[in-house]
Amino acid sequence: MIATGHDTRDAIVIGGGLVGAAIAYGLQRQGLSTVMLDEGDVAHRASRGNFGLVWVQSKGLGAPHYQHWTHASARAWPDLAADLLATTGIGVGLHQPGGLHFCFSDDEMAQRDALMGQLRREAGNAGYEYRMIPAAELRDMVPGLGPQVVGASWTPYDGHASPLHLLRALHAAFQDLGGLYRPNAKVTAIQAAPRDFTVAIGSEAVRAPRLVLASGLGNADLAPLVGLSAPLRPERGQILVTERTRQVLDLPTHVVRQTEEGSLLLGDSKEDMGFDTLTQTPAIMRAIAHKAVRTFPWIAELNIVRAWAALRVMSPDGKPIYDESERYPGATIANCHSGVTLAGAHAGLLAPMIAAGALAPEMSPFSARRFDVQKAA
Amino acid sequence: MFRRRPEARPAPRDRLVEVFVAGRSVRVPDGASAAAAVLLSGAPAIRTTPVNGAPRLPYCMIGICFDCLAEIDGVANRQACLVPVAPGMRIEPQAGARAARIEDAA
Amino acid sequence: MSCDLAIVGAGPAGMAAAIEAAALGLSVAVLDEQPAPGGQVFRAVEAAAGDPALAGEFLDAGGALADAFRATKGIAYRPRTTLWHLDPDAGVLSVASDGATAEIEARRVLLATGAQERPVPIPGWTLPGVMSAGAAQILLKTAGAVPEGSVVIAGQGPLCWLLAVQLLRAGVERLTLLETGAGGALRDALRAGGLWTGRRLLAKGVALMRETRARGLTVVRNVRDLRAEGDGRISTMRWRQGEREHAIACDTLLLHEGVIPSTHITRALGLDHDWDETQLCWRPRLDAWGATSHPAVAVAGDGGGIGGWEAAAAGGRLAAIDAAHRLGRLDAAARDARAADHRKTQRAALALRPFLDRLYRPGPGILAPADDTIVCRCEEITAGQIRGAARLGAAGPNQVKAFLRAGMGPCQGRMCGTVVAGLIAETRGVSMETVGALRPRAPFKPMTVGELANARPEAMPELTA
Repeated sequence: MIATGHDTRDAIVIGGGLVGAAIAYGLQRQGLSTVMLDEGDVAHRASRGNFGLVWVQSKGLGAPHYQHWTHASARAWPDLAADLLATTGIGVGLHQPGGLHFCFSDDEMAQRDALMGQLRREAGNAGYEYRMIPAAELRDMVPGLGPQVVGASWTPYDGHASPLHLLRALHAAFQDLGGLYRPNAKVTAIQAAPRDFTVAIGSEAVRAPRLVLASGLGNADLAPLVGLSAPLRPERGQILVTERTRQVLDLPTHVVRQTEEGSLLLGDSKEDMGFDTLTQTPAIMRAIAHKAVRTFPWIAELNIVRAWAALRVMSPDGKPIYDESERYPGATIANCHSGVTLAGAHAGLLAPMIAAGALAPEMSPFSARRFDVQKAA
Repeated sequence: MFRRRPEARPAPRDRLVEVFVAGRSVRVPDGASAAAAVLLSGAPAIRTTPVNGAPRLPYCMIGICFDCLAEIDGVANRQACLVPVAPGMRIEPQAGARAARIEDAA
Repeated sequence: MSCDLAIVGAGPAGMAAAIEAAALGLSVAVLDEQPAPGGQVFRAVEAAAGDPALAGEFLDAGGALADAFRATKGIAYRPRTTLWHLDPDAGVLSVASDGATAEIEARRVLLATGAQERPVPIPGWTLPGVMSAGAAQILLKTAGAVPEGSVVIAGQGPLCWLLAVQLLRAGVERLTLLETGAGGALRDALRAGGLWTGRRLLAKGVALMRETRARGLTVVRNVRDLRAEGDGRISTMRWRQGEREHAIACDTLLLHEGVIPSTHITRALGLDHDWDETQLCWRPRLDAWGATSHPAVAVAGDGGGIGGWEAAAAGGRLAAIDAAHRLGRLDAAARDARAADHRKTQRAALALRPFLDRLYRPGPGILAPADDTIVCRCEEITAGQIRGAARLGAAGPNQVKAFLRAGMGPCQGRMCGTVVAGLIAETRGVSMETVGALRPRAPFKPMTVGELANARPEAMPELTA
């Protein structure tokens, strides 16, 4: 349903990417009449550049709350996928067979082991299962492993899904459940009062006691309007996509994964290029190709059909921001760079909190106030 | 179904090259493409599509439609219309998506 | 390797530009993905010399241009070389050749990548036995080959008539031309004028038509709702004429609805484009010298707007002269003086275009085919599916791509992008400019992961005269 005119709802979500759509879906599922405002094609669409990992491994070093949140999301994912399939008929291609992070030297293996060990300690009672797997055993798990690979870290929690199917399914489910989707709706003003928000989109407006800012990099500008702050910067990643190939790689890895359609995605680069997703860097593309071939030499003969660059939404410490406004209760902000991994949590855990009117106490380490503390220190 | 016109292209200007399309020998003028060889061979399809298994033959012959993807001399998914024939060339139609070759890599 | 002017494409525009630039003392590199010069219009012209079916302008003018191109010193000609990325700010071209990648530095880049035939999405157009008219002409030029059995040319445009003559001369016995095109197009076209200035070209066209009549071509006019049918291969061609349905047996169907600029690279660079409502295609925005909206990039030839090979060659020369001026080799007065004759040639060559553009204006269905038509050939997405996505809120082709995968296949939207946009425009009742176009990315052509990984910067030897 795409509506016009003035509107009063139970909740407004600004942002129709993976974060906004998951929260909006979760709210609508909680029985709240929700409107999702989405910009047009010009928005910085981080969602379209997502690699597709549902990744737990190595998240949250020094931040047990983030580690737990990621675990919880991975646990919530199967229900999310099943519900979306049941509601929309769209399969999001979730597979959670565990995942690998390759190491190319003994030093790398040792460092990785230390990192994983630290994560285990920080996990506390929740536990953290991982293994460092040497190359000899890895060869039974993945096809054609390159001779330069020394080993890998593995956890059983990791998986992958199709980001585009997920986005489509969330949108379809949201609308099927009665949610209102407004595309090409750029927010021009926000009038804020405690539990009473009016959002202007050009000459129209929507009003609700709950407002969620989930517009990715756009949140930096919107947050102050509701007494919040969202220090965010874009971190660019480039991805290469091969032609369709018969299924050969079942396990997701942090640099290569095979989609359900058969394409292999090659990635994991990081650059500081501002908001530019339109240019590409041959040197980076070459490095990605080189790493992929080192890992799996058989990838060398596959054709790269397309490539893209996308912006990760990064907070100063790389961890999500979830915050609720003190001055304007009812306003919540959500930012992360793992929109697929955290979709389970966003739909199944965060949305109920927003519906109930307050974030759970364990969410407080995610508040952007932590950056003020850092600044003050 | 295409046929050559040897009367219009007399040797030695029009040297013929022998290639193999799906194992069958075809003689094609030097300078023609592997896609032309497939069309001259009368093969019913140069590939079947990865999505639905539909048969395809070359459509544009200038390298933009990508319907002429074939395995040429063991290399999969080459645009046959951009590959000039060479003596002994093996052109194999492809069925669906290519397979990654794991064993050969080292 | 480093040069003053890097030219992408060795067709008439590229060859003429290279010859002119070298004569002006610029160091020139010419890249082309084919093994021999000529582009598409003069494809394989060197090998086809002597074939009576192709006698005439193709062999004479094309051959002469290719010979001059080969003979000119100061041109580094790199055949079988594909451009996969271009950084116009840094002046770096990333190319792939011979299994590896390399870089070329250039102070200025001229894109002369020409045109492609407009995709003609009709139900059944993906069946084996259906090709573009240009494809049949390429088979004739490169392999001296002709289609057997009942051959149908369907569509409109000068190429239909030229190909019909060439096929008839080459011995095709059963040939039918199904001409689409609105009734009243001729009236509209005559209003465009230019017939006297373009009389040479017009006379050529009339002569072709006369020859087809003499050779017994069957022509059916005002056809619409074309449909190709068959089981695994085309066997029947259906159409409507007025209210009546017709069909004939068909073994080879050659589709043609005109030629449109190839804008893949200009789009990837983010250059400004304009929508041409008469010819239903996008064109990069150019000044009188072919300069684009980027200061280091120019376009010459059909890639800037369809004009035919003579206009392309003249445009190539103008772009080369402008390059010499911009690079400090010619002052403005010398540039204008040297350009004068080429401007005249170009103007004369383009005189008949308004007439032809209106006479052969494609029907609206060309961008909004029937629901059961496959639009994205690579991913096999139909027009009906695309209309559905547009109704659900997809406002542009990039969103439809994310929804349906249309444009994600190897052709990267070359065959479907404009039709996807046309379907969105029709469904949402907005203009093509509003809907926009797909934004392609590097690699501009597929390359293997290994080719990309194994960069060999030294693979491109230094420029030798």
